[in-house]
Amino acid sequence: MRASLKRSLAGAAFALAALAGAVPQAVASPDQQFIPLATYRVGAYASSGVQVWAGMIDYLRYINEVEGGINGVKLVWQECETEWTAEKGIECYERFKNGLDGAPVAVYQPNGAPAAYALSERAEVDKIPLITLGYGRTEATDGTVFPYNFPVMLTFYSEASTLVNYIAQREGGFDKLKGKKIATVYHDSAYGRETLGPLKLLAEKYGFENIQIPVADPGNEQSAQWRQVRQTNPDWVFLRTWGVSTPVAVKTAARFGFPVDHIIGDIWASSSEDVLPAGASAKGYLALTPYPAGSDFEIHKRLKQYILDKGHSDLKDLKNFGSVYYNSGLVNAAVAVEAIRAGQAKFGKRPLNGEEGRWGLEHLNIDDARLKDMGYLGLMQNLKLSCRDHEGGGSARVQQWDGANWTLVSDWIAADRALLRPLIDEKSAAFAKEKGLTPRTCTGDE
Amino acid sequence: MTFFFETLLGGLLAGTMYSLVAIGFVLIYKASGVFNFAQGSMLLFAALTFVSLHDQGVPFALALLLTVIVMIIGALLIERLVLRPLVNRSQITLFMATLGLSFIIEGLAQGLMGSQVRALDLGIDDVPLFVGPLMLSQFDLIAAAAAVVLVTVLALLFNKTRIGVSLRAVADDTTAALSIGINLNRIWQIVWAVAGVVGLVAGLLWGARQGVQFSLSLVVLKALPVLIIGGFTSIGGAIVGGLIVGAAENLAEVYIGPLIGGGITPWFAYVLALAFLYIRPAGLFGERAIERV
Amino acid sequence: MSIPVAHETAPLLLVQRRLPWGLIGLLALAFIVVPLWGNDYWLNAILIPFLVLSLAGLGLNLLTGYTGQTSVGAAGFMAVGAFATYGFLLRLPELGLPVALLGGGIISALVGLLFGLPSSRIKGFYLMVTTLAAQFFLEWLFVKFPWFYNYGSSGTISAPKLALFGHDLNTPVGRYLLTLVTVLLLTWAAVNLVRSQVGRNWMAIRDMDTAAAVVGIPVARYKRLAFAVSSFYLGIAGALWAFAYLGTASASSFDINRSFQILFIIIIGGMGSIGGNFVGAAFISLLPIFLSHAGQALFGGSVDAGQLQNLQKIIFGVLIIVFLIKEPEGLIRLLHNLRERLRQWPLRF
Repeated sequence: MRASLKRSLAGAAFALAALAGAVPQAVASPDQQFIPLATYRVGAYASSGVQVWAGMIDYLRYINEVEGGINGVKLVWQECETEWTAEKGIECYERFKNGLDGAPVAVYQPNGAPAAYALSERAEVDKIPLITLGYGRTEATDGTVFPYNFPVMLTFYSEASTLVNYIAQREGGFDKLKGKKIATVYHDSAYGRETLGPLKLLAEKYGFENIQIPVADPGNEQSAQWRQVRQTNPDWVFLRTWGVSTPVAVKTAARFGFPVDHIIGDIWASSSEDVLPAGASAKGYLALTPYPAGSDFEIHKRLKQYILDKGHSDLKDLKNFGSVYYNSGLVNAAVAVEAIRAGQAKFGKRPLNGEEGRWGLEHLNIDDARLKDMGYLGLMQNLKLSCRDHEGGGSARVQQWDGANWTLVSDWIAADRALLRPLIDEKSAAFAKEKGLTPRTCTGDE
Repeated sequence: MTFFFETLLGGLLAGTMYSLVAIGFVLIYKASGVFNFAQGSMLLFAALTFVSLHDQGVPFALALLLTVIVMIIGALLIERLVLRPLVNRSQITLFMATLGLSFIIEGLAQGLMGSQVRALDLGIDDVPLFVGPLMLSQFDLIAAAAAVVLVTVLALLFNKTRIGVSLRAVADDTTAALSIGINLNRIWQIVWAVAGVVGLVAGLLWGARQGVQFSLSLVVLKALPVLIIGGFTSIGGAIVGGLIVGAAENLAEVYIGPLIGGGITPWFAYVLALAFLYIRPAGLFGERAIERV
Repeated sequence: MSIPVAHETAPLLLVQRRLPWGLIGLLALAFIVVPLWGNDYWLNAILIPFLVLSLAGLGLNLLTGYTGQTSVGAAGFMAVGAFATYGFLLRLPELGLPVALLGGGIISALVGLLFGLPSSRIKGFYLMVTTLAAQFFLEWLFVKFPWFYNYGSSGTISAPKLALFGHDLNTPVGRYLLTLVTVLLLTWAAVNLVRSQVGRNWMAIRDMDTAAAVVGIPVARYKRLAFAVSSFYLGIAGALWAFAYLGTASASSFDINRSFQILFIIIIGGMGSIGGNFVGAAFISLLPIFLSHAGQALFGGSVDAGQLQNLQKIIFGVLIIVFLIKEPEGLIRLLHNLRERLRQWPLRF
C-alpha cells in the first residue's frame, strides 16, 4: 500500500508538472480583435448549438481570409464551453473579458439565456456590451437604463406583435381579428412567459380572444394541454416552446386533430431540429424567424466558394449548411462585425474595447445597400440602433416546413413597436427604481 | 362529460407509458435491492443505439437484435464493475452509485452517438381514433398493448422458468438463495440485462413519441411517483401506479391546473405519491419493511 | 497505560494542540493574501462559487451525512433562501443585508421544516421522493407567481443593493469577503452543533433510528430539526449563490441538476464531515475548469470541445463510483490518511 501510494503520488505530480510545463503558446496579439465564443457543444441543446458556432466561425473566417479582417484588423476567436448554464457562462466571461493575449474584446455574446441574465449587470460594470440577439432582457431595449445590454434585432415583445400582424395578414386585415381566437401554448418558464404581457395588450387593441396554456418543463407529455386546445377550438395557435416540447407539441396537435398549418412557432421553435422528430405530422407547420433557413442567399454562395469548398468550414455535417441555426450564427457574427466596423469609423481602424464597441452598436445602421454588400439581403433585416433603442429591428419572416425543407412564405413583417414601447419603459423604469439607477440622457453622440 | 372521459382514458393510456419505465426499476429492485437511477440513461442509450443503427441502414429486426446484445454486454459490465465491488453496502450507497452510472452512460451515449435529435419511426401513425364520441390516440393504445405483452412475458419468465424462480428466491432472501447454490452474480447479470431490454422497449416507444434526444433520460423522474404508489417490488403495482399517475396528472392539469395557474404536472404526481405514502408507506403492492434493532 | 512516549510530552506537541497552524495559515491566506492579490477571474469564477458550494454542501451534509435523511431537494431550499432574501432587500431595505440574509435563512428553515414533516412516518427512498416533490414544487412556485420576482419580464432576481454599513459590497473583493465571513461563521456554528448533543443524536438516528428511539432520543423531533437547520444553511447558501456569485438568478438556477451537484459534493467530499464539504466543493468546481484549461493547453482546440465535455461527464461518474467503492468516507478521509502518514513519516527513522 505504501509503495503504491508513493507511486500514485509521483504519477500525479509528474502529470501536473507536464501540464504546467505545457505552456500555451500565445495565440493572439494586441493588433487583433478578439471575438470570444461562449459555446455549448454538450447538453440538451447541443445539436442546435453546434450549428450556430459553425455559422459564426465560418463567417469570421470569411472576414479574415477573404476581406482581410475588418478594415485590415484581423479577428481572433476562442471557444469556451458553457453547457448552457449560468455559472459556466460566468466563468467563460471572466476568462475572456480582459481579452486574449492583448487582443481586446469589443462585444460579448453570452449565447444562452441563463448566462445572459447572470451577466447583464456584470457587463454594465465591466463596460462590455452584451449582444443577446432574439433573447435576453426585453427591458434592455431601453438603452438609457441598460447602456451595455443589447437585445438586438427582435425581442419577445416584438415577436408577439409580429405574430399578430402576420395573422392579420392571413385573415385579410386587422378588423378581421375581432372575435378570433389565438391560443398560445407556452413553455412554462421565464422564456415562455415573456409574451404574456404583450399578447394581453394586443388582444385588447384588436379584439381577439387570447388563450394561454402552459406546458411544464420539459414538456414530453402534452395530451392535457392539446385536449384543452381542442376544447377551446382556436383559429390559430402560437407555439412558444423550446427544446423537446416543440416536436412533442406538433405531434400531439396532430394527434388531437388540430391543423398543423395553423400553428405558428416562435423563433426558438423554428428549426429543423424542432420538426424532424415530429415526422410527417409537421408538414405545413409555420414558424417566425429573423434568420430564415436557406443556402441560396448571396453570403452562402460566397461562403461555399471560399470556405466550404476549401474544407475550412467548422460544420461537421455539411447538410446543415443553410439551416436555421447555422444562419443564426451567420447573423450573430455579422452583427458583431458590423458593430466593430461602425465603431472603427469613429475611433480608427484598430481593435476596439468594450466602450468603443458600445458606441459602435448604438450607431449601427444597416440598410438595404449595406445588406447587399454583405450578401445578407433577405437573410437579415435592416437594423438601426440608437441610445434609446437597443433592439433596432423588430421584424421577422415566416417560413413553412414541407417535410424536408423550409420555404419562406412572407416578407419582413414589422412589429408595432410603438404600441409595446410603454410596456418596456414601465419595466425598465421599475428596474431603475429597484436598483437606484439614474437613466442616462441620450444626446446623440455618446 | 365526454371531455372528462376522454381526459380520463387519455390519462390512463399515457400512464402505461410511465409504467413501462417503472417496470425496469421494479425488476432491478426486486432482485438486487438497488434503486437504479441509471434506468433513464439506459433507456436513452438503448434508443440511441437502435436509431443510430437504423439510420445507417441496418434493417429493423437486426438493429433491434444488435441493440439487445449491446444492452446485455452493458449489463455484464455493470454487474462486474459496479455491483460486485459494492455488494453488501447500504441502499443509499448503491443508489448513489447508479447516479454516477447514469452520468457515465449519458456521457458515453452523447460521445459515441452525438447529440443530434433523431426521429424514430416505428411505423405507427399517431392519428386520432374515434370510439363513439371519444377521441383516443392510436399510438397510446399500441403502447398500452405493448405494456400488457411485456408484463405477460415477464410474468411467464418469473413463474414458469427456472431463472425466474431463482430470481424470486434471490429477491425473497439473498442469504438463503446463496446457501442453496444460486449464483448471485449470474442472477444480477440477467436481471440487469432484462431491465435493459425493458428499457429498450420503453425507449423506443418514448422516442417514437417525442424524438430520441437527451431529455429522454428525464422520464425517470416521472417514474418515481409511479413506483411510490405501486410499490418498489411489484410489477403489477407498476402498472396500476402508472395508470393512477397518468389519469390523475391529466385530470389535475385540466381541472385543477387553471385554478392555480396551470403547469402543475411536474409536482402533482409527487404530491399524490406523498399522499399515498401517508396511507400506505410501502405503496399499494409493495412489501412492508420490518426493522429490527 | 504504557510509558508515555517522548513526543507526547514534548513542548512542540503542546503548542500544536493549542494552535491549529494549518487553519490559521489558511485563514490568513483567505483574509489577507487573496483580497490583495486575487484577480477578477479567480475571485468571481473560482473562489466565490467554491465557498458558496461548500456552504450548500455543509447544509446538505447536516441532513444527509449526519442525520442520514437522503435529500435531493437541496436546490429547492436554496431557491427559497434566495427569493426570500430578495424579498427582504426589496421590500424592507431598512433592515440591511445581514438581517435580510438571516431572514432568508429563517424562511428557508421554516419551509424545510414543512417538507420535513413527513420524515416522521416515511423513511429511506420514500423520503427522498418527498424531497424531490419539494424541489419540483418550489421550482414551479418561483416561476408561477410573479410577486416573487417583482413582476420582471424575465423572471429573474438580482440584489437591489449589496451594502454593509454604508460600504458598497458589489465589487469582486467585497462579495468575496461577504461570502467568506458568512461561510466561516456558519461553519463555526456547524462544528459546534455536530459536537454537541444535537449532533450526537443526529448521528444516532443515522446509524440506527429504531435503536435511537428505543434509547429515548425523540427521533421525529430531531429529524425535523435536521431539516430546519439544513434548510437554514441551504437558504443562506442560495442567497449568496444568487447575489454574491451569479448576480442575477431565477428559479432555473436552482434546478434538479444543482441538487445533484450538491449531493455529489458531499459524496465525494465525505458524508458526515465538515471539512469534506470544502474538499468536495473544491473538487466539483475546479475539476471542470482544470479539464477545460488542460484540454486547451494539450490539444489547443483540435479536439472537439463537446467531446471534452462528454469525457468530463464520464470522469465524474467514474470518480463517484470509485469513491463509493474505495473510500466511502470521501476525499476528506483520504486527506486525513495522508496527513497521518506525513505525521508518522519523520518518526520512522
